[in-house]
Amino acid sequence: MTKELKWKAALIGTVVVVALVYLLPTFVNVPLWWQGTLPSEKISLGLDLQGGMHLLMEVDSEKAVENTIERYTAELEELLFEAGIPFDHVSKIASSKMQAQIVDVRKDEAFKKLIERRFANMSMSEPQTLADGSLLYTLTIQEEEAVYISRLAVDQAIETIRNRVDQFGVSEPVIQKQGEDMILVQLPGVKDPQRAINLIGKTATLSFKLVDDENSLEKALKGAVPAEGQVLYQRQVNPSTGVVSQKPFLLHSRTLLTGDRLTSARVSIDSRFNEPYVSIEFDNRGAQIFERITRNNVKKRLAIVLDDNVYSAPQIQERIAGGQAQITGSFSMEEARDLAIVLRAGSLPAPVTILEKRQVGPSLGHDSIEQGIRSILLGGALVLIFICIYYKLSGIAAMVALTLNIVFLMAALAAFGATLTLPGIAGIVLTIGMAIDANVLIFERIREELRVGKTVRAAIGSGYSKAMISILDANLTTLLAAVFLFQFGTGPVKGFAVTLSIGILASLFTALVVSRFIFDYALATRRMKTLSI
Amino acid sequence: MELIKHDTHIDFVGRIKLAGVVSAVLVLIALGVLVAKGGPRYGIDFVGGTLVQMRFNSAVSPDQIRSALAPVVGTDAAVQPIGDENDHEFLINIASSEKETGLAGLSDLIAEEFEGVFGAEGFEVRRTEMVGPKVGYELRRKGMLAVLFSLLGMLAYIWFRFEFRFGVGAVIALGHDVVITLGVLSITNTPIDLPIIAALLTVVGYSVNDTIIVCDRIRENRRRMTRQPLSEIVNVSINQTLSRTIITSGTTLLVVITLFVFGGGVIHDFAKTLLIGVVVGTYSSVFIASPVLILWDNWSARKKSPELKGRAA
Repeated sequence: MTKELKWKAALIGTVVVVALVYLLPTFVNVPLWWQGTLPSEKISLGLDLQGGMHLLMEVDSEKAVENTIERYTAELEELLFEAGIPFDHVSKIASSKMQAQIVDVRKDEAFKKLIERRFANMSMSEPQTLADGSLLYTLTIQEEEAVYISRLAVDQAIETIRNRVDQFGVSEPVIQKQGEDMILVQLPGVKDPQRAINLIGKTATLSFKLVDDENSLEKALKGAVPAEGQVLYQRQVNPSTGVVSQKPFLLHSRTLLTGDRLTSARVSIDSRFNEPYVSIEFDNRGAQIFERITRNNVKKRLAIVLDDNVYSAPQIQERIAGGQAQITGSFSMEEARDLAIVLRAGSLPAPVTILEKRQVGPSLGHDSIEQGIRSILLGGALVLIFICIYYKLSGIAAMVALTLNIVFLMAALAAFGATLTLPGIAGIVLTIGMAIDANVLIFERIREELRVGKTVRAAIGSGYSKAMISILDANLTTLLAAVFLFQFGTGPVKGFAVTLSIGILASLFTALVVSRFIFDYALATRRMKTLSI
Repeated sequence: MELIKHDTHIDFVGRIKLAGVVSAVLVLIALGVLVAKGGPRYGIDFVGGTLVQMRFNSAVSPDQIRSALAPVVGTDAAVQPIGDENDHEFLINIASSEKETGLAGLSDLIAEEFEGVFGAEGFEVRRTEMVGPKVGYELRRKGMLAVLFSLLGMLAYIWFRFEFRFGVGAVIALGHDVVITLGVLSITNTPIDLPIIAALLTVVGYSVNDTIIVCDRIRENRRRMTRQPLSEIVNVSINQTLSRTIITSGTTLLVVITLFVFGGGVIHDFAKTLLIGVVVGTYSSVFIASPVLILWDNWSARKKSPELKGRAA
């Protein structure tokens, strides 16, 4: 063997060993010593192969701004009370605007200072003097601030969803921001998709509101809802018949306390009815507020509302200190557990809507893999048999090249952490068909050169060099298409582009280096007068 | 072994008119079908909608499924059996992507309704896909960009590596391939979605690939056969590469047919697209791409010296 051949042998040997090292963990359980030092990543399967759910959600960022204004309204009210500035009302007037009416003109300066200090990110209008001499201010969230709030809302939503998914228990979830205000969630192998969606997508804003017993519920139901009131419903399940009904409540729309002040939420079982409920605990400030609410409203009913659904509305018997409360309702154990999870993980800063949902059951994924592997094996075998019959002994060089091609392709998938999808499998099958093209081009050229009377050595040499240009041109154009497909493709199509690109590169290497080496080796070790091709 | 004898000399260029007529007829039929059907049928990836793949435990007719669907979606559903008949497997395609039920999707409502009709154990939801209109628009945009850029990229490459007129031949050939493939997909009522776009792009790549091999040979032969007319050079080149063209197409078809037959329901349409595309692409690289070179040559010669060569060409 010449020195050059030895170098080539070493190169090919190294690449093959490295590829096998990357590939091994996918097929066998590697021992512990391996896991610490050598690559032990398996080829990861796409959702379409292992089953699971893909969700694309959009965060309603306008609502996030609106929620902020609502919170500011409550905060300002509180601050004005504390500072002793008399006011008529503070209220939201648009999704990014609120209004405050100051009764005592002498406190005007104090009000302005308070706003400057505590609400620096809002722009304040010149006051409008009303007929009774009071001043009406309009406060608007600045444009940049609104953008910031929207962006923050998406980030917070991602954080919250991640918390919920972690507690739900899904292995290797993907939770990513997409574009400006979208969130991509991928849950491999999730068994109960609807439950997962409910858990992820629920806004889960917990609020405590007083039931309005002074005004008539009947009138409100007919449309005469009081100015500061709202009608919400409680979902009730009759335990004996299983019939679901909706019980209406007329509430004061003002939120007295929210779930933001929760420190814990967990499922407990009611010993009398053997029914699960969720017990919650507030932080110090929350406990103080809760105590004040219960002290001031004894004998009134306090509704516990989650996302506009009334869960319960017990009557306040006495002042409750210590900051503990219970959410009851006709829960199943699972519902109670999920409710506790969303309460612990916190609410989403704004509602989300589902833009795209794809879900593959595990049985279909399993079938797809089986069918895919069967296609690869069968297609590969057919091609190999054909090539060996058609090109005789030279076909064996092509066979080695093709087999290594698939090994390299799979190893590259494992090494780059690329995901194998169903179209990706199709890409592999297609690569088998196209990889053989390079060999065919070379072999046909060698045949031509032999026909014009060249020696075996010369024919192989010029066959390779002449075919090389065509092979490069042809493969580079296909690679170009694959790259654009990767750039603009989504999900499974990306997987196709990945396997196709890697397959092209691998087939360039196997055809131009590996099969050439086999010929050169044969030439170097035996005297060949004729070539079996 | 030789499938194509090495001294084969088929007069491809002489049959350019026949090929032109055949291709023109095929393209016209394809365009006619596409126009008559109001464009290709887009799948839910591009227009939004809901797709549910279900397997039933016992024989169920599409009509039974349609009537079970009626309370949920009305008559707005296409029901299509897929895979082996004994699998009792169906694809249900619904144009609307949502129904105002908060987080519960249309597919869940369908599953709920079916539990009443077929029993909870009577069927299995194997796959559901819901694409909202906004995402559909985005996917459509990205799909189009992918096709557009890869076409431009390949053209630029050919232009750079060869001559402009080779590029023209390649473009006409692949336009021909894509239109005919789309036409067949339209006739077989196959919805165009993302994997189909990927398959079409592969067909384009394959077609260009074939064309380049022939063009490479033409360029090479032109240096040797300086005295021969272009038509002869083209003919010789096509014949010299014919063996390679047939064998490569053959092996590719072998694996694509394997995929088509054994790949399973989800990959079926994808394999079908490749199958049509590879056949048409092979034909066009022999009969369309390189002969266009000759037409282009004649045409530009006539333009340059109308008096001299006007009638001779």
